[in-house]
Amino acid sequence: MARKFLSGNEAFAEGIRLAKPQVISAYPITPQTIVVERLSEMVEDKSLKAEFIHVESEHSALSCAMGTSAVGARAFTATSSQGLLYMAECLTYASGGRFPIVMMNANRSTALPWNIYGDQRDSISLLDSGWIQAYAENAQESLDLALMSYYVAEDKRVSTPFMANLDGFVLTHTYEVVDVPTKKQADEFLPPFKTENKLDLNNPKNLAFSAGPAQNTAFKYKEHIGLLNAKEVIGEAEEKFAKIFGRKYSGLTEEYRTDDADYIIVTLGSIAGLVRETVDKLRNDGKKVGLLRIRYLRPFPNEEIAGALKNAKAAAVLEKDISFGNEGTVYTNVNSAIKKQNIHITTSNYIGGLGGKNISEAEIENIFGDIESGKTGVTFLGLGGE
Amino acid sequence: MKPYLRDKIPQSLSEIPDAPSYEAGYLITKNAGWRNEKPVINLDKCIGCLQCYLHCPDGVIFKENGKVGIDYDFCKGCGICRKICKIGAIEMEAEK
Repeated sequence: MARKFLSGNEAFAEGIRLAKPQVISAYPITPQTIVVERLSEMVEDKSLKAEFIHVESEHSALSCAMGTSAVGARAFTATSSQGLLYMAECLTYASGGRFPIVMMNANRSTALPWNIYGDQRDSISLLDSGWIQAYAENAQESLDLALMSYYVAEDKRVSTPFMANLDGFVLTHTYEVVDVPTKKQADEFLPPFKTENKLDLNNPKNLAFSAGPAQNTAFKYKEHIGLLNAKEVIGEAEEKFAKIFGRKYSGLTEEYRTDDADYIIVTLGSIAGLVRETVDKLRNDGKKVGLLRIRYLRPFPNEEIAGALKNAKAAAVLEKDISFGNEGTVYTNVNSAIKKQNIHITTSNYIGGLGGKNISEAEIENIFGDIESGKTGVTFLGLGGE
Repeated sequence: MKPYLRDKIPQSLSEIPDAPSYEAGYLITKNAGWRNEKPVINLDKCIGCLQCYLHCPDGVIFKENGKVGIDYDFCKGCGICRKICKIGAIEMEAEK
């Protein structure tokens, strides 16, 4: 194992090098560019034996990845923001076709107004496209997700594409010390990709066919079950990962000081780091506060969220997303999770970080203060222009 | 010509493949209902040049025992075969 000073993008590229995709097809877009630049360098210096295909658009990037998967090869692509939206048509093709492609998405605002900075509206607006969606907090988790993503996606019970999300700039472009596993360790963890869902001269098939009204529901049901099965496989992947690499992840969510917490912030992505520090600070002042970080938005951790919030007095969902005309989509999902378990606590929603707007420690302290005083509803952080 | 699976209808969820991929001819969606007119080949005139086969956008024209035929399960009735046939061996007939 080597220790390297890497950005989120670079850490993800290191993880992909270890996962050894046979084809990488991508189109550059800020802030994703560096992950594919590094991979193209790895292909050039032959430290990664893969075809790097320069495509003319994101729509083609994902179509190409599907073609790769459809011959039984491991595929990787990466995108962000408008690029992700441009490939939206192909997202449901890949998930419905059950092609276990891995894609890194650098979370970035969507136009208009045009903006290249981070928020999570791009991926969350495509939550229903049938992909697994994971959100990394730091560069180490990014590298580890790159390896685990193929393990989960390619499991026969899952056979579902995997979108690993990294906050644009805040995570993709900031540097940390990262443990980079050895090739031997990675090979021990990740088996080669094997599938029957491929073009094969010895077993000819009609691939990616249509299904009329009579059978369509059955296919969609199976797609749904594949995503639900991912919960179990993520657990298995993390067990095996911990044995080989010594780092243990906590499944679909991560709880921090929630056990006896009265007030909990639920969030996802890189902002969880600052919330964790704020929790420590407020705990020192005697406040019973905690953090619940959602690591996977799909499959959705209904039971884990309900379990973490059941003894709290109030919870706030802090997210870099707004479903215009309603509320933050993560908030909607969290409320659904606790309602199903008959948990009745006060919840509120904080929309922050849109278009790269910084979320400060003072704002996080204020959220804890707000929910302690019983505030509810949807609040936008940083409405001022400063 | 016709794959034997074409008329097999799945009776349970376990007979539906996990991914929409399977041996050709299974769970296909027929297009016959899309036609207003259907092409009919006059085999007395047909010389077997297969220009219709080359131009058919749905690949439904086939040759069996030396004779050209049309797979009416999938012919959408576009009429390109009639247009392309230089000797006028294909006529369009109204669907009833």
